Amino acid sequence: MPAFINGFKITIRHFFSKRVTMQYPEEKWTVPEGYRGAPYLVKDTENRVKCVSCQLCEFVCPPKAIRITPPGPEGLPGVGNVEKGPKEFEIDMLRCIFCGFCQEVCPEEAIFLMKTYSLNGQSRKEMVFNKEKLLALGGVHQDKIMKWKNK
Amino acid sequence: MSVTNTENKPAPSPVEMIKVKVDGREIEVPKMMPDWQGKLQPTTMLQACNSVGIDVPHYCYHPKLPVVGNCRMCIMEFGTPVIGPDRKPVLNTDGTPKIARSVLPYEPSTPRGAIACATPVSPGMEIYPNSPATKQMRESVLESLLINHPLDCPICDQAGECKLQEYALEYGKSTSRFAETKVHKPKQVDLGPRIVLDNERCVLCTRCIRFTKDIIGDDVLGITHRGGHNTIATFPGTPFDNNYTLNTVDICPVGALTSKDFRFQMRVWFLKEAKSICASCATGCNIVVGSRENKVLRYEPRENEAVNSYWMCDSGRLNYKWINREDRITRLGGSRLKGETAWSSVLSDIVGVLSKAASGSVAIVASARQTNEELFLLKKLAVKYGAITDSVPRSDKGDAILLSTDRNPNSTGATLIGIAAAPMGSNLPKIAEGIRVGQIKTMVVFGEDLTQHGIGSDLLGKLETLIVSDILRNQTTALAHYLLPGCAHVEKRGSFVNVKGRVQRFTQAIDSKGNSRPEWEFLSEWVSLLGAPPCGVGVVANIESLFNQMAQETPGFAGLTWAQIGDAGMIAQVHS
Ligand code: SF4
Ligand code: SF4
Ligand code: SF4
Ligand code: SF4
Ligand code: FES
Repeated sequence: MPAFINGFKITIRHFFSKRVTMQYPEEKWTVPEGYRGAPYLVKDTENRVKCVSCQLCEFVCPPKAIRITPPGPEGLPGVGNVEKGPKEFEIDMLRCIFCGFCQEVCPEEAIFLMKTYSLNGQSRKEMVFNKEKLLALGGVHQDKIMKWKNK
Repeated sequence: MSVTNTENKPAPSPVEMIKVKVDGREIEVPKMMPDWQGKLQPTTMLQACNSVGIDVPHYCYHPKLPVVGNCRMCIMEFGTPVIGPDRKPVLNTDGTPKIARSVLPYEPSTPRGAIACATPVSPGMEIYPNSPATKQMRESVLESLLINHPLDCPICDQAGECKLQEYALEYGKSTSRFAETKVHKPKQVDLGPRIVLDNERCVLCTRCIRFTKDIIGDDVLGITHRGGHNTIATFPGTPFDNNYTLNTVDICPVGALTSKDFRFQMRVWFLKEAKSICASCATGCNIVVGSRENKVLRYEPRENEAVNSYWMCDSGRLNYKWINREDRITRLGGSRLKGETAWSSVLSDIVGVLSKAASGSVAIVASARQTNEELFLLKKLAVKYGAITDSVPRSDKGDAILLSTDRNPNSTGATLIGIAAAPMGSNLPKIAEGIRVGQIKTMVVFGEDLTQHGIGSDLLGKLETLIVSDILRNQTTALAHYLLPGCAHVEKRGSFVNVKGRVQRFTQAIDSKGNSRPEWEFLSEWVSLLGAPPCGVGVVANIESLFNQMAQETPGFAGLTWAQIGDAGMIAQVHS
């Protein structure tokens, strides 16, 4: 009996204390600064793709989630004086482990791990994000470095 | 046999040795060593270091180009024995010869280096390739080379195989002390039809200039402007366009000269490399095939002094695109095939059909682009069926550098094995005539479109059985009753004999496509279906034993084994 009362006390205490659980997914967690979520590509403030297709991230990525198609000798159409950029850039979000190596190795500050932590899709194919999608999700990187501005 | 061995043998030279000390180790080096042309010249500090396996960082030095000593990267501290007034060496108290380290004459506390690539060694000399002074001098040279260098590595095709990157890692600083504005020079310059130049990346080593002037004899490159604005350029109105331009891309130690063909195709660290042979002419330049995910991306020359030195021609280097073509023959075909078929059933069908062929009614044409092993197996078939055989000669304009007039990679092999008629191609009209009069009823064709070589579609149409193996579709494959998909040479192993009688083997760089198989594989199955003797090959499962068997049975290859040939090749017994 005393054991039952003690147990019930704990229950009552928790019943009236502050809630620690969250009604996910209706309610979402506030992601702290510096959180490493999904990696996306960014553009500079003048709308140029910052990635130059150096393929270092493809090389360093531990689960081989990244796949880049270099532009080849023909280059890319409509990019002005940008000498090199990726023809296609794919990240398999099912493979990505959000390790941040790609961001760390990137010499151009073109890829960043953002705050997205929950990615869903109907098929495996849908979870392979292409260049267009990665750039749309990544948005613009606000800083002064503009590699191609004065080339 | 009409082939003769014309390869030069180096004459044995009298060797006078001198004693020097490298890094504290006493070594003996020859007093004279061959220079870039093979002429004997006083041995340099660089050669002495290399002979004991010590690498000397360098940009402008190349073993096959004249020494100019302009990059200063090979600079080193050294010392020479002190000679007394009596012309005798001065000794230390312990009896060892006294060495005077090289110093600036007006400032004896400062070491004075010498460039290792152009400084001859002398008896008793001491070389300090790793001394603090040597390191400091190298660091300074590198720092000055990097002053105006752009931060281009992420977009530079040389990255990963760049000497500037390598030495910067060893001798460089992570930050630049250069606060001024960098000099900007022309970038993405169209130097010729196959070469792009980025002047900002150039370290002005002049290797490209010396190569095209002294090796090729096409003196079109030079340096214009002065000082920090030095720029590599062609003479106005003269494009850099000879058949060897792409070699400058290989020897350019940095990313200044890059190949238009390979430009932005793939970063080099993703390339899988395989030792191979160029199959575009009978010289058989040694190459390295770079591929990724079964796609060939580039050929590069591989050093072999007996064949191509460090070079290869542009036409051979760029002749790989057909391998990646989408319309390759990748499955078994031919008009006698019903539905999906397996290799084993097709081969036994063929053996069945051919077993009924009368002796003298079969002809075999095997390309001199096939490997020795394949030709050897085809020769066995020819003996078995009593067939008339030949290959197709292929010639075009050659040059005095590398390109041979014979554009078959294995004419010598086809002759040695006895598949090719003497002279090659002389049986082709006889075969055509045989078909016309109805004597030849069955043909086996490997790797040739006979409609281009005097046996037209009308004649091929008259045959009772036409068995064809090829890689790309053509008019002959269209008429085949049995079509066997074969492999490009980079998709299999094998050997060729070059125009000088050198047997050279090549390794597999990429996988075979679809259902295609290396010809030697299915040919050895075919031969083994005929029963062991007279073929004797039985269950040959690998290229080594097939080659060794061929060497035993073919006089030209007597005494050779697959293992012995090695990467550099060996001379076959081509004298009759
Ligand atoms: S975060 Fe890690 S796993 Fe994900 S793409 Fe970047 S390197 Fe690859
Ligand atoms: S994202 Fe960065 S590391 Fe990856 S290819 Fe582009 S520039 Fe290179
Ligand atoms: S030449 Fe070498 S150091 Fe210069 S940008 Fe190219 S890879 Fe980098
Ligand atoms: S282009 Fe290359 S090979 Fe020619 S001088 Fe410059 S660094 Fe040397
Ligand atoms: S290698 Fe350039 S000076 Fe010696």
